[in-house]
Amino acid sequence: MNLFCTGLSHHVANVETRERFAGHAEIDCVLRRAGCSEALLLNTCNRVEVYGASDKIIGTEEIARCLARNNGNQLAGDFSEFYRYEGADCARHLFRVTSGLDSMVVGETEILGQAKKAYELARTSGAAGPYLHRLFQRAFRVAKLVRTHTEITRGPVSVGSVAVELAEKIFGDLANCKVMVLGAGETSERTARALLSHGVTDLRVSNRSPGRGANLAQIVSGRAIPFEKWPEQCREIDILITSTSSETSLLSRKSLKSILRERTDRPLFIIDIAVPRDVDPDVNALDGVYLYDIDSLQSIAEQSLTLRRQQVSAAEAIIAQHVAEFGASLSRGLSRSRPSDEHPISESSLRPSEL
Amino acid sequence: VERYLLVISTVCFLAAVGRTIFELRTGVFRPMRFNFFVIGLGFIFQTAFLSVRGHALGRCPLTNLPEVFIFLAWSVALIYLLVGPVYRLSLMGAFTAPLVVLLQGFALTGPVNQHHRSRLPANPWLEFHASMSLVAYGAFALACIAGVMYLVQERQLKTHHLHSIFYHLPPLTDLFAAITRLLWFGFALYTLGLASGFLVGQPLPWLQAICAIGVWLLYAAILQGRHLRRLAPKRVAALCIIGFSAALTLLWGITFSGQMSSLP
Repeated sequence: MNLFCTGLSHHVANVETRERFAGHAEIDCVLRRAGCSEALLLNTCNRVEVYGASDKIIGTEEIARCLARNNGNQLAGDFSEFYRYEGADCARHLFRVTSGLDSMVVGETEILGQAKKAYELARTSGAAGPYLHRLFQRAFRVAKLVRTHTEITRGPVSVGSVAVELAEKIFGDLANCKVMVLGAGETSERTARALLSHGVTDLRVSNRSPGRGANLAQIVSGRAIPFEKWPEQCREIDILITSTSSETSLLSRKSLKSILRERTDRPLFIIDIAVPRDVDPDVNALDGVYLYDIDSLQSIAEQSLTLRRQQVSAAEAIIAQHVAEFGASLSRGLSRSRPSDEHPISESSLRPSEL
Repeated sequence: VERYLLVISTVCFLAAVGRTIFELRTGVFRPMRFNFFVIGLGFIFQTAFLSVRGHALGRCPLTNLPEVFIFLAWSVALIYLLVGPVYRLSLMGAFTAPLVVLLQGFALTGPVNQHHRSRLPANPWLEFHASMSLVAYGAFALACIAGVMYLVQERQLKTHHLHSIFYHLPPLTDLFAAITRLLWFGFALYTLGLASGFLVGQPLPWLQAICAIGVWLLYAAILQGRHLRRLAPKRVAALCIIGFSAALTLLWGITFSGQMSSLP
């Protein structure tokens, strides 16, 4: 039996090319026209791949024609960007994909959920048989092992997720945190949404233009606060997100010091996304105040990415071991497969996806 | 046999230290199971040592400086095993183990095999006073460790340089809640220990008593400052370290002067 994978990813093809082959790709087409005995389509924003098992060798062009959005016959010679892996290389590729090593953001975990969905779809439609079953169950196991035994998913990698991670390291449970968004910018909205998705319920929005402030407050299920009243709110809030277009600093060390006297001694986390900055950098020196500007947030995201990249070799070692085992079992045939390989890994055993 | 029990116990705690250092160096840090397991194992051997020694002496094994340090290390491990899982402070094990290794290492280099059975007759109030005070010291030690963890976490958050350990340290608010509870727990036990010291029925060593009251006043001031919100959490964390250092110095002074006065 010939086990193979062919497709396009963000590494080899731009989005225009990928979308030409991801329109209404139907796995039935691959099964019927190309002559696969088993096939599975993994279609995400960064990749479109077909995993298949067949008695005869099926050409990449044949598969690509099935994936083409328009008439595949008009795409002659346009298949050069397709890659193809067979046997153990196919397993290696899938193990790397499900472990997040082949992703645009190394270590992202969303791909594993997408692979599981694709597998489930192929299984229920009857397109996935014993070969793909073995391959994907092993891939899910490997992905879990990589996550458990390396730090490949460690650390936040976007501004929003860095803000959430820091807030959780200061306050623990975010459910009781009071958040104020100052300025209705796009990044502050994204950051506020990230905090909301992690349990924040008390969100206040203040903007120079009351209309935009009220609009954002409505979008994020928050409360609009008149702009002239935002300093008063600093006595109550735990997290302040600022992104106004003010030319001068809105919050100085002196003004915050007087506000802090009226606060209980809960910490104050300030996320200053504005350029020029809304908050005087000296504020960070005050006890219990943690100030992060856009550069420091991005720097932490970069640190996390670096940490993840350092873990790639450890992850590759785990994958290599499993590729060897899978290759050996493949050459022995499926009849002698170990029962443990057949147990699917449940969704509940996985960590929540990265933001 | 006693010495071997102590050596095995120390090796267990040393394993936790070694594992922590190794994992920190490799950037993969999972303190949960291993540290808790080896510290639990070390605690069993500590208990066995104290039990064997207690039977041999016919009293609470607090007759010399090494025994006092081993009892203190036992108290630290006991409170860690009780407090760690409750407050999800498993990482505390990474900080607890070095302190225990230090205390037991010191005990092993000292005259741990020397018994003073004949010179120090059993006195229930004295034993209650000593054991209560040492368990209180254990709580203060854990508060000190939580204080170190707080300051490490706070420093990383202030400077924006997040090390691998950052992701494994508990949130600041949780750490501070643990510090406060440990301080109250230790303070209550220390008060009991101090009060029972006046019931021993022997002439009071006034210098030691004044120092002990000084330590009691220091912790009372920390708790009062916290209660009135005059002390910021960071200062409380720093004072926990200072307080425990003072308490440890006092403990050493008491035991050392006790040994000197019991010499023929």
